[in-house]
Amino acid sequence: MLVDGIHDLGGMQGFGSVVHSPAEPAFHDRWEAVARALMAVVAGAVEASGGEFRHSIERMEPGHYLTSSYYEHWLTAAATLAVEHGLVTRSELEARAGGRFPLSGPVLALPVADAGPDVGEPRFGVGDRVRVRDWHPPGHTRCPRYVRGKAGTVVRVDGTHSVPDIEAHGTARRYEPTYSVRFDAAELWRDGQRGASVHVDLWESYLERS
Amino acid sequence: MSEDGHHPAAMSPVEQRVAVLEALLTERGLVPEGFIEEITRRYELEIGPMNGAKVVARAWIDPQYKQRLLAEGTAAIAELGFGGLEGDHMVVVENTAAVHNVIVCTLCSCYPWPVLGLPPAWYKDPPYRARMVREPRTLLAEMGCHLPEDVEIRVWDSSAEVRYLVLPQRPPGTEGMTEPELAGLVTRDSMIGVARL
Repeated sequence: MLVDGIHDLGGMQGFGSVVHSPAEPAFHDRWEAVARALMAVVAGAVEASGGEFRHSIERMEPGHYLTSSYYEHWLTAAATLAVEHGLVTRSELEARAGGRFPLSGPVLALPVADAGPDVGEPRFGVGDRVRVRDWHPPGHTRCPRYVRGKAGTVVRVDGTHSVPDIEAHGTARRYEPTYSVRFDAAELWRDGQRGASVHVDLWESYLERS
Repeated sequence: MSEDGHHPAAMSPVEQRVAVLEALLTERGLVPEGFIEEITRRYELEIGPMNGAKVVARAWIDPQYKQRLLAEGTAAIAELGFGGLEGDHMVVVENTAAVHNVIVCTLCSCYPWPVLGLPPAWYKDPPYRARMVREPRTLLAEMGCHLPEDVEIRVWDSSAEVRYLVLPQRPPGTEGMTEPELAGLVTRDSMIGVARL
């Protein structure tokens, strides 16, 4: 069962060099702009939240995700949401494509019925030491794997925002403060580089006091 | 399309799948007339690093603006007319002689669209997302940004709603330059933090 998605790439090794270019067009080819537009069309028609949109990409088959470009991710996700919400059927897609039309895998998390009360007052302040909960939710989350279980320091308290783990799985919403948490490279990696830190923006329920 | 424009080359598999989904959604009346052209126009012409460059140049010549920019990024950027989707919660981080900032999104490709435009392919691909949080000094050097050992590196992973913009240091010898001239010096890479000016 795919629990932690392939999209959660922070710290993974073996990918090689960055193929850098100093400037790029917004779209390399017309189909990329079409894919982007179609995602906007589908997301609007099915009223997908940001969390549901992102999760539809994260559910891609790992091999397909790693070997396809950004806008192929968007196309796959748009087609997946269109099928899941009944705008088109998988067999229509495959009939027209004359073969396989790869879609993302199923949602594994249960729909969230009760989101619980919103949290208005931040529980933590700048300078507080916090530890990220070490959990592996079956659905969408914006808590990267590489900080789970790690301790850091709050450097900024932001406003309240809808918890992605909830909004990706139904119509329920809960708003919580988010924090920018600073982690020393040495805390995150055994081979952490000297004089480096990583700041990760995290929802309050991802954190506990350290 | 082939060079003479008369004989379209065979579509790639992904292009074909895009065409299939486009046709099905269009038949159902879900794709408004001109929508695709509108998306292309918006992202190709209206947003891009030229917007961020204006913000940076203003901060270089106006200390009070810089103060507002670092304290309330979204509002200060809106003063120059930039904002909207993926720019609603902006935080600007300042490079100094002692501190270098760099932006990444390990989970997807979050990026401050109103000031930098759409992210380049390398920013969205696995090597950059995997490595910048683990070996920033090595990766920056590989990308041509060689930092002295004693410069602190701060990596910002855009994992929630805030989008980041790096305020690069003003290059020496630019004292007499006008604001538009200064904006012309500011590169996309310097505002992501993978280059210094």
